[in-house]
Amino acid sequence: MLTRFLLLGLDKRAGVLLTVLAVLAVAVPVMALAVPPDSPFHLPMHSVSLLGKYLSFALLALALDLVWGYCGILSLGHAAFFTLGGYAMGMYLMRQIGPRGVYGHPELPDFMVFLNWKELPWYWQGFDQFWFAALMVLAVPGLLAFAFGWFAFRSRVTGVYLSIITQAMTFALLLAFFRNDMGFGGNNGLTDFKEILGYDIQAPATRVGLFVATVAALAAGYMVASSLVASKLGKVLVAVRDAESRVRFLGYSVERYKLFVWTLSACMAGVAGALYVPQVGIINPSEFAPAASIEAVIWVAVGGRGTLAGAVLGAVLVNYGKTYFTAALPELWLFALGGLFVLVTLFLPKGILGLAADRFRKREPAAAVPAAASKGA
Amino acid sequence: MPRALRLWAAMLLVVAATAATLSGALAADLKPLVRNLGAGGFADTEAAIAALAQTGDPAVVPVLQALEAGDLYVRKEDREVVRGSASNGGYTLTDPLGGAALGEAGRGAVDKIRINNSLRRAISAALGSLTLMSPDAGARRAAADSVFKTRNPDGLAALETALGRENDPAVRSIMEQARAAILLTAAGTPDADRLGAIETIRARGDQESLALLNAVRSAEGASAAVRAAADKAFEAVEMRLSLWGMAQNLWYGLSLGSVLLLAAIGLAVTFGVMGVINMAHGEMVMIGAYATFLVQDAIRTYAPGLFDASILIAIPVAFLVSGAVGVLIERTVIRWLYGRPLETLLATWGLSLVLQQAVRSIFGPTNREVGAPSWMSGSFELGGLVITHGRLWIVIFAFLVFGLLLVALKRTWFGLAIRAVTQNRNMASAMGIRTARMDALTFGLGSGIAGLAGVALSQIDNVSPNLGQSYIIDSFMVVVFGGVGNLWGTLVGALALGTVNKFLEPYAGAVLGKILVLIFIILFIQRRPRGLFALKGRAVEA
Repeated sequence: MLTRFLLLGLDKRAGVLLTVLAVLAVAVPVMALAVPPDSPFHLPMHSVSLLGKYLSFALLALALDLVWGYCGILSLGHAAFFTLGGYAMGMYLMRQIGPRGVYGHPELPDFMVFLNWKELPWYWQGFDQFWFAALMVLAVPGLLAFAFGWFAFRSRVTGVYLSIITQAMTFALLLAFFRNDMGFGGNNGLTDFKEILGYDIQAPATRVGLFVATVAALAAGYMVASSLVASKLGKVLVAVRDAESRVRFLGYSVERYKLFVWTLSACMAGVAGALYVPQVGIINPSEFAPAASIEAVIWVAVGGRGTLAGAVLGAVLVNYGKTYFTAALPELWLFALGGLFVLVTLFLPKGILGLAADRFRKREPAAAVPAAASKGA
Repeated sequence: MPRALRLWAAMLLVVAATAATLSGALAADLKPLVRNLGAGGFADTEAAIAALAQTGDPAVVPVLQALEAGDLYVRKEDREVVRGSASNGGYTLTDPLGGAALGEAGRGAVDKIRINNSLRRAISAALGSLTLMSPDAGARRAAADSVFKTRNPDGLAALETALGRENDPAVRSIMEQARAAILLTAAGTPDADRLGAIETIRARGDQESLALLNAVRSAEGASAAVRAAADKAFEAVEMRLSLWGMAQNLWYGLSLGSVLLLAAIGLAVTFGVMGVINMAHGEMVMIGAYATFLVQDAIRTYAPGLFDASILIAIPVAFLVSGAVGVLIERTVIRWLYGRPLETLLATWGLSLVLQQAVRSIFGPTNREVGAPSWMSGSFELGGLVITHGRLWIVIFAFLVFGLLLVALKRTWFGLAIRAVTQNRNMASAMGIRTARMDALTFGLGSGIAGLAGVALSQIDNVSPNLGQSYIIDSFMVVVFGGVGNLWGTLVGALALGTVNKFLEPYAGAVLGKILVLIFIILFIQRRPRGLFALKGRAVEA
């Protein structure tokens, strides 16, 4: 039954994306590890981590597209779920440092020793076990999203209001995690990781392994999301996006559908954050900044809202642009990003993939493409 | 008239003559006392300092200051005390009294008068009691204040002399308080004096009185009556202080609330009246602040005399500049996005990034300094409240802007047209209102008010490209909390959030207080999804 569910999402676009991901999963390890460094096909290690970072952002974009593109919930706080997942992973990695920290304390991370903490706070217990940390990566963002959505959707907070309170949520978390007494490293966050699951986190093989794990997670996330939107439940979600009241009058419990997809999306974002942290090597509160969440929205908008593959494409493209611009023309990056926001909303309301689909449809009118709603909310 | 003038001239002459003879006579008396400073060991010097302090002559002050700074030397040839300042290999000598030049001396010709910590204390006590008699009321007041803080019992005699001469009632009361403080802390004061002193301290009623009374309360060997009186006075002062503390919090809350009101009120126009979510609103504030900076800079360069008016001149300039940018944004971007609030949000966010970077490229990333005109600096005390002029003016300015906007919307043709377009676009258009132009002007109005907020914020915040960022979320919270489409809601929302924030701060700290306010708003929106003052309607989706 599960196979049948997953097969639902296998359309042409999914085929292309999954093939690309499969090629990446094979080619990148070979190019990074097997090809000698002087060969033109050699991939340096920092590029592997950079690619891994893009793909974990792509998973975040996928999660956001699921709620925004298919359910009409514009979250301006999705980076909060991403960062919470990242912190859960970061706490595991901190515990793995053990006595190798600067202060050499057997149990406490460096920043706690520095702040004169005597023992590990209760919420750090258990994070020395990978399975527990992995569970928390899903559970913490999931529970927060569930609680948040439970209240917000039941009281029918929609549209702009919902966007603004998601922003308030991530802003509150930003302020909270900046506080040293929260026990999450304050301003500096968590860093100086040594190993993951017993492997040296700096070793090329580990980094390639993390990359492959990210590819696998993205592929799995894509399969789940695309099957979901192709299922009957997905149809209801699109209906909620386009005419929420009508769906409610037809007897559907709109809140439950929204809550389900919202929580699922938060869990996906959490996984993305957990994969991001070991590859980047640091997690700090600035990831909670409202700007980070809004940037994620533009990835989705660029690629094409309501096209899952578009979210993946948009995340990779925009982040590649960011890497390029901030290195080559740092002054221009904000102009480029800002201009992108304006141009995409004005001229590309369906994103790159939407534009491509429109072209395609002109030639072949019968082709059914799930187009993004032109209407807001 | 000439008679009066002559009288004046005569009086002046007499006064001048008396002063001259007096100071001459005193200087002559002081000479041997100063000489004693260099007589021998530390104990002798201390005695000499006390003797100098006893004279109560202001001329002694520079001598003691020079001693404290280590500038006094003894000339070996005649054991005269001189003031020396190092100059090419030797010293230039002057008379410590009066400063007459006494020629040069080699390094070996003079001995420095050494001082230790106990002498330093003696000097500062002596200086304190000397300045108590200073002709300048401000100096006397400062001296009395410092006596109150140090409570050095050695100063009591000097203080009482000074009290006897004091005419200024304000300085007198501080001196009495200082005397009471000394009496309370010194050993061996009779109980009756102590009780009187407790009353004086109680009347003073500030944080330091509280600390002093607490010390008396818990002191060993105090009699039961004194303790009981101190207990009572302590409670009374504590009560008074907590009341004033509350008033101060209210004032801070009002002050923060008025800043929020200024930042949010423009948003209430664009978001509340037009339904446009302008994420670049903060940047309009920032542009207003930079306009203020430019106006002030120009005034500094071309008309320094107008500096005090620079902020007033900046007000219309900032309004017009921000308003013009707003109209430009509306005409180029926002008008294509009406009815698509989420897309507007994204596009204006993009604009905000562009504006920030543009300002950063033009003015640089560092903070720009906007000076306060003289009428906005300084502060005054109202009972236990300290109110700075700058904050007071901002509160007044916020309410003025609010009132003017209200009048503009309710009482002018322009406001009528805005409301007509908001309520029924087609009908308004049919009545001859050019709706597109009204949209642009309304957006310009909201942006212009943001520019006004920028003028005010330039006085209390750093003028940097990130200025707007720090206010945009707060402004949205205020508008959403107060209720969209209702200016009164914005007023109540801003003041309520400001006050709540300031009342939480002492207990939870600034950051946690802010987090609590955010959580409160998130929960509040669940209860009332349309804010405090929601527009009533029957639509399923507003």
